[in-house]
Amino acid sequence: MKLIFEYSRPGKEGFHIEEEKGRETIPQELLRGEIEELPEVSEREVVSHYLRLSVMNYSVDWGFYPLGSCTMKYNPKVNEAIASYFTDAHPLLPEELVQGYLKIFKELEEALREITGLYAFTLAPSAGAHGEFTGIITIRNYLEDHGEKREIVLIPDSAHGTNPASATLAGYRAVEIPSDDKGMIDLDKFKEALNERVAALMITNPNTLGIFEAKIREIADLLHKAGAFLYMDGANMNALLGQVKVADLGVDVIHLNLHKTFSTPHGGGGPGSGPVGVVEKLAPYLPGPHLEEGEGILRWKNGRGRIRSFFGNFLVLVKALAYIRELGGEGLREVSEVAVLNSRYLRRKLEGKFKIAYPTETLHEFVLSDETFRDRISTLDLAKRLLDYGFHPPTIYFPLIVHGALMVEPTETESKETLDEFASAMEKILEEAEENPEIVKTAPHKTPVGRLNEVEAARRPILTWQEYLKTSG
Amino acid sequence: MSRYIPVTPQDKEEMLRALGLAGPEELFSSIPAKLRGKGEIRIEPIKEEGKLKEYFLRLSERNKFKDKKIFLGAGAYNHYIPAAVDYLAFRSEFLTPYTPYQPEVSQGTLTATFEYQSYMAALTGMEVANASMYEGATATAEAALMALRIRRGNIAVASSLHPQYRQVLRTYLEKQGVEIREVPYRQDGRVNLEELGKIDNLSAFIVGYPNFFGIIEDLASISSILKQKGALLITSTWEALSLALIKPPGEFSAAIAAGEAQSLGLPLAYGGPYLGFFATMKKYVWKMPGRLVGMTKDSREERGFVLTLSAREQHIRRQRATSNICSNEAWCAIRVAIYISLLGKKGLRKLALTNHRRAVYAAGLLKEAGFTLKFSSPFFNEFVVDVGMDAGKFRDRLLEKAIVAGYPLGKDYPELKNCLLLTFTEMNSRKDIEELVKEMEGIK
Amino acid sequence: MLPEELYYTESHEWVRVEGEKATVGITDFAQSELQDIVYVELPEVGKKVKKGDVLCSIDSVKSSAEVYAPVSGEIIQVNEALNDQPELVNKDPYGEGWLVVIKLENPDELSHLLSASRYKELIEG
Repeated sequence: MKLIFEYSRPGKEGFHIEEEKGRETIPQELLRGEIEELPEVSEREVVSHYLRLSVMNYSVDWGFYPLGSCTMKYNPKVNEAIASYFTDAHPLLPEELVQGYLKIFKELEEALREITGLYAFTLAPSAGAHGEFTGIITIRNYLEDHGEKREIVLIPDSAHGTNPASATLAGYRAVEIPSDDKGMIDLDKFKEALNERVAALMITNPNTLGIFEAKIREIADLLHKAGAFLYMDGANMNALLGQVKVADLGVDVIHLNLHKTFSTPHGGGGPGSGPVGVVEKLAPYLPGPHLEEGEGILRWKNGRGRIRSFFGNFLVLVKALAYIRELGGEGLREVSEVAVLNSRYLRRKLEGKFKIAYPTETLHEFVLSDETFRDRISTLDLAKRLLDYGFHPPTIYFPLIVHGALMVEPTETESKETLDEFASAMEKILEEAEENPEIVKTAPHKTPVGRLNEVEAARRPILTWQEYLKTSG
Repeated sequence: MSRYIPVTPQDKEEMLRALGLAGPEELFSSIPAKLRGKGEIRIEPIKEEGKLKEYFLRLSERNKFKDKKIFLGAGAYNHYIPAAVDYLAFRSEFLTPYTPYQPEVSQGTLTATFEYQSYMAALTGMEVANASMYEGATATAEAALMALRIRRGNIAVASSLHPQYRQVLRTYLEKQGVEIREVPYRQDGRVNLEELGKIDNLSAFIVGYPNFFGIIEDLASISSILKQKGALLITSTWEALSLALIKPPGEFSAAIAAGEAQSLGLPLAYGGPYLGFFATMKKYVWKMPGRLVGMTKDSREERGFVLTLSAREQHIRRQRATSNICSNEAWCAIRVAIYISLLGKKGLRKLALTNHRRAVYAAGLLKEAGFTLKFSSPFFNEFVVDVGMDAGKFRDRLLEKAIVAGYPLGKDYPELKNCLLLTFTEMNSRKDIEELVKEMEGIK
Repeated sequence: MLPEELYYTESHEWVRVEGEKATVGITDFAQSELQDIVYVELPEVGKKVKKGDVLCSIDSVKSSAEVYAPVSGEIIQVNEALNDQPELVNKDPYGEGWLVVIKLENPDELSHLLSASRYKELIEG
C-alpha cells in the first residue's frame, strides 16, 4: 500500500498560500528551513489517497460491530449536523459571548444528573480512563482533606485494564478481588480485603461479563461503613438506561462514556468523553472548572485542581446532548430494553454450539469461552474468519478470566435479521473448523490485507516513514 | 419506536418468546427487585429532526462573537482549515470505527496514523511520535510521568509554561508524591537560567516552546545546563505551527517533545476535541504512553500496519502500564495527517512565516502607536503588550468596539496585570490589525 | 531436557552458579507459555536486588510477565544482545537467552531453590 510520501514530487501543491510580505524578527540561528521529511502532493492526490485508505476500514456505518464493552451503536447523523453549529468559538472568549456553548454544558450536566440520580457532574474528562482518574482523585481529595491516608483501591479481576492503571495514576495501589463462580465479585474475598486502608472499590456494572452485580447495594453499604467509596465504571451504562438510578445502587462516583452509551462516534479510537458524576458530599472535591449561574449569565469557576486544558471535548458533548434530547426519557429506556433483548436473543442462538463463560443471566453483553473449539482453532482464528463473513468480530481475549474469551455486545441498533446472520456465520465457522480448519486458521481471505505479522512489528519497530527509509536503505 | 432501533414490535415479541419471557420487564430480572423499575428519566423527547436542529440553532444564537474581530491564542489558535480536511475526515469509514484492534479491516486508520506519527516526529525533530494523547496539557503531564520512569528526582517547570498546563501537571504529579519546582522568567521573558541551575536532583525540566508569552526560548542554553545535571529536557508546544519555522526540540537533545496539535487542522470548537502530541527518542519507546502504529508485513508479504508495543499499555500491563490512556484522539490525528499532507513541505513553512510576519507587522504598528512590548525576546505569532492600565478593563473597553483584544495576563501573572497577550494568525487580516491598533490607541 | 546443573524457582527462573557469579534466565516452560517474546526490559548494571524483587519484565505481543530475582546480589552483567534479538529467549532459553548475571550476596539462598527434578515435578504436576 502506497503512503502519502510516495506521491511526493517537487513542485506539487495541495493547498495554496500567498506568502505574506514582511520581515522576520527571529534570529537566524533559531530558524529552521523547510522540513525535508514532509511531502509535496497535489490536492487531487491527497483526496484520492485518503479516500482509498478510508475504504480499507470497517466501520459501524458499514455493518455489525459487536465489540463487547465498547457499545458500538449507530451514530445518528443529525448529531453531526448539530455539532457543526458549534465549531468556531475560541475557548478563552469572554463568557458573555458564548452563552450558547455554556448552556449546552449546563443542559448536559442536568440530563446526566437526571439519568443517574447523582448530584453533580464534570464534563471535562476526555475519555473513560480520564474519567476514572478524575473520579478517583476526587475521592482522594476528600479523604486527604479529612486527614485520611488510605492507599488501596480494590478492583475485581474482570475489570477493564484502565481501572488498575487509573488507580495507580491517582497514587493508589490496585488490589485485585477475584470473581466467584457466578461471574460476580466474590463477596467473601471482598470482605476480607476491606479495611481502613481501602479508599474505594471500582466496580463495573453490569460487569464485563454482562452480569449485573446483584450484591452491589450490600457492597456499597459495607464500603460506606468502612469509610470507603464505591466507584462505578459506567462503560456498560447502555444496559441500565431508564431501568435503575445509579444513585440507588449506593454509587458515590461514576464515569459515563458518551462515545458508548450516548452514541457519539468513536473516530477510530477517539475522541471520547468521560463525564464524572458524584454524590453531594464529593461535589466540592471535583476538579474544575465548573459552571455557576449568576444574574442570568453562566460563568466558569475553578474547582479542585484541573485535569486538562479548557473545558472538555465540547463537540462530543453537544452530540451526546442532541441524542438525549431527541430520544427523551422514554427513548433512552427503550435503548436499554432492546440492547438487552438483542444480547439475550443472540446469546440464546449461540448457546447450543458455544460455551457461555458463566451460566448467570446477562444483560447487554455476554462472553463465550473457546471451550467448544479450542482443540481445532483459536479464538483469534475465529475472529479473523468472521471478517470474511463481513462482520467485525467481538472483543477477544477479554475479560482475562475467561479462556479464549469472545465478548459480544450487539447493541440496540441492530436488527433481528443481522443477529440471525451473525449467529449463522459463527456456526458456519464451527463447521469449517471441523471440516476444513485450514481455511479458518489462515483467515482472513477477503480483507484488503492478509493476517499481519505483529511479532515482527514489535521486535523491530518501524514507527515512522523516516525510520522505514533508514532501515530499507 | 426510535428511528435508530431496527427491531419491530413483532420482532420483539418473537425474540421474547424465543427466550421464554412473558414481557420486556423480565429481561431485567437479574437486577434485584428493590433496585429495578425506578429509573424513569424525566426528559421530553424532540422526535422530529427539524425541530431538534431548530432547538440547537436557537442555543447557538445565544453566542455573540461572530461579528467580533478576535486576537486570541494562548493555547488554541484560529487557523484556516482546507475544505478537503472535513470532506475526507467526515467519511464514515474514518469517523465510525473503534480502535483498530483488527488490523486487517483497519488499514485506513492505521496507515493515516502512521503518517501522522511520521509528521509529528519530523515537526518535532524527534525519532518517534505516538498515535495521540487527549490534548496538550495531559500530554505534557504524561511526559513528566515518563521522565520519572527514566530518571527519579524532582520535576521543574518554567513559570512561563501555559498556566492551565501547570495546573494539570500539579494535579497529576501531586498524587504521585512528586514535587514540582517553578523556575521564574527573566526580564526578557525567557527562563531564568541561573535559577534553573540551582535545582538539584532534577529528573526533568519542562519548558514552553514557544512559551506562554509567545517567546521562543533559548533551548541551547537550557539544554546544556540540563546536560550537566544529567536531567531530561521536555518541551511543550501548544502552537504546533511554530515548529514549521523554528528549530525543533530534537535539535536541542530534548528527551520528549509534547504538546497540542489543534493548530494543524482542528477547529476551535470551544476547547475540544483537540489533540495531544507526544514525541520522543527511540531508546525510550518502551517507556512511552499511548498507542503506537508500526509497519509490518501481512501473510502475502505485502506492507501493512498494526498497533504495536502494546505490552506497555493498560489492557495488558494493567497497574504496571505506562499510562491509563485507552480511548485517545485518533480521529483528530487523521485530520492532522490530512492537513499536513495538503499543506506539505512548502505550504506549512509559508503559513508559519505568514503568521510570524503578521505578528511582526502588528508589533511594529503598536510600537509606533506608543505601546511597549513587555519582553524583548523573539516571538512567533503572539506577544505581550503593556497597555498601561488594567488589561482586563482595557479589553472590556475594546469589546464595545467589537474587538476581542487578546488574553489579559493578570489572573495568571499578577505582576503582568497591565499586560495583554495578543495573537495574530493568517485569519487576522492586515486591515483588522490596523483597526485593532487604532482602537487601542483611542483608549490609551 | 532440563539442564541438571541448574537451580530453578517456582516462578520459572533458572540460575547457573559459577563461583560467586549467578547467571539468571527463564525456563523453557516459561518462554513457551509467553510465546513470541518481543521485548526484554533489562535492569541497569550495578543495581542491587533482593531475592524475590522484580528483576526485569518480558513482553510478548499480548502479555507482559515479570521475572523475579532468584537470589540477592548486585547485577554485574546484562544480556545486551536481547535488545536487538529478544527472540533469543524463545530460541535458546538456557543459553544465549540468558538475562543477567548477579554477584551472589548470600550463597545460602541457593539451598532454597529447586533442583531440576523438583522443578520438573512442578511443571508436570
